[in-house]
Amino acid sequence: MGKYVEMVRIRFLMMLAYRTNYYTGILIYAINIAAYYFLWSAIYGGKSSMQGMSLGQMTTYVAISWLARAFYFNNLDREIAMEIRDGKVAVELIRPYSYLGMKAVQGLGEGLFRLFFLSLPGLLVVSLFLPLQFPEHAKTWLAFGVSLLFSFIIFSELNLLAGVVTFFTFRNEGLLRAKRFIIDLFSGLILPLSFYPDWAQRAMMYFPFQAISYIPSMIMTESFQGAAVRDGLLLQATWCIILLFPIGWLWRTAKKRLVVQGG
Amino acid sequence: MFYVSVFVQYMAQYMKTKLQYRADVLVEWLSDFMAQAVNLVFLLVVFGHTTLLHGWTRDEILFIYGFFLVPYAVFAAFFNLWDFNERYIVQGEMDRVLTRPVHSLFQVILERMELESLLGAIPGLIIMVYTGARLSLTFHWYDVLVFILFVIGGALIYAGIFISLATVSFFADARTSIMPMMYNISGYGRYPVDIYHRVIRYILTWVLPFAFVGVYPAAYFLEKKEWYSYAFFTPVVGFVFFAVAVMLWNAGVRRYRGTGS
Repeated sequence: MGKYVEMVRIRFLMMLAYRTNYYTGILIYAINIAAYYFLWSAIYGGKSSMQGMSLGQMTTYVAISWLARAFYFNNLDREIAMEIRDGKVAVELIRPYSYLGMKAVQGLGEGLFRLFFLSLPGLLVVSLFLPLQFPEHAKTWLAFGVSLLFSFIIFSELNLLAGVVTFFTFRNEGLLRAKRFIIDLFSGLILPLSFYPDWAQRAMMYFPFQAISYIPSMIMTESFQGAAVRDGLLLQATWCIILLFPIGWLWRTAKKRLVVQGG
Repeated sequence: MFYVSVFVQYMAQYMKTKLQYRADVLVEWLSDFMAQAVNLVFLLVVFGHTTLLHGWTRDEILFIYGFFLVPYAVFAAFFNLWDFNERYIVQGEMDRVLTRPVHSLFQVILERMELESLLGAIPGLIIMVYTGARLSLTFHWYDVLVFILFVIGGALIYAGIFISLATVSFFADARTSIMPMMYNISGYGRYPVDIYHRVIRYILTWVLPFAFVGVYPAAYFLEKKEWYSYAFFTPVVGFVFFAVAVMLWNAGVRRYRGTGS
């Protein structure tokens, strides 16, 4: 356990070392959210609500989606793919820790850095100018925190899964890119799933993507109330567990047929 | 002449390697189309709930998006500097590039080009033709030349900004996480800039002039007369930003010391 915590800390410090990114990152986050605010204002065009959400809620939804993304997003799939191609994975496998577990905590370290040093300050800056609506109840914040952690787990699990697939395909840049766009679209990052046509919404129920962005953002904007919050969290927890199975199975198979191409 | 011949040689080699990995190329096209679909779906879904965006119709907004895809495809094919820092600075590839007889930026561009990205322009053209017909836009023979000029201008703006970003790696040990964020920002130039606050409009016009890759030039074809002066400024802005980027690059190369790897 100690070594994993230590890895979170090291990744965090590694991120801290690159300061130039940091200030520009906050600025760009702020511009991003502001641009979305005006875009959505134009889309609302004076209407008081769309699909049960006010403009204020929508702005908050977008701000929170991008805040959450900074936390859950990582490039574990690419890192794993690269380590497999370079043959570094062989060395990783003889180290006294779970390779995938270590990857996951590295992602957590990065996510924590971006959450606390990039997007939270960015959100504070934005909230000075834009009418963001933050919930008053501590319960909502708590539920959001839990939900955000689930988002990270599900996103990382999907990344680990895609990374492990590299063991079998060796080159899958295109696949990894496609996965990113699918997640952006179906997770509810760019717009709440309630805006999609009914048939699309029903189809998305069968995929883990909405558990990544839609649920935490809906909780934070209080568009989900009471039972909906509970159901959302349960759905996320379920996906966290379900996804462990294919990862475990593929990983065991992959290790057996690992071909180190040099390195 | 020498540069042209080097360019042709690289192209030929590129084709050969790509034809070796056909399945890979196919998947890359698909993922490119998907990236475009994300934005298209956004627009379509949004216009399922509203009819006008600040006075602009669905077809007009789609037309702007279609236009944007063309300069973007040109940029993506020739200026793939996404992992410049990682590959050329951290791994020391820059040392090798500097020993070559062509300009270092030209060399890097040749090594990293992704010609298949040009195919991304096809959906853009289809969207433009489809929405253009629905809007019954009129075209003149010289519009083809204007179009090419605007596309080059737009691609150069993109290139200028991303080369400048890559140049940062010569001066500071910044990693590339600014680049993905810049890609997000670039998307806002596709919407009518009059929806934004004037600060953002100013940024998208003069600081990070992505509006010149989308709404301004497209407004010319949409016959929005009030935007014409901006539209015709596109090639100028493209040239200026690209020239500045090349100067920054040269200054960066002079400062470059290598990582010793």
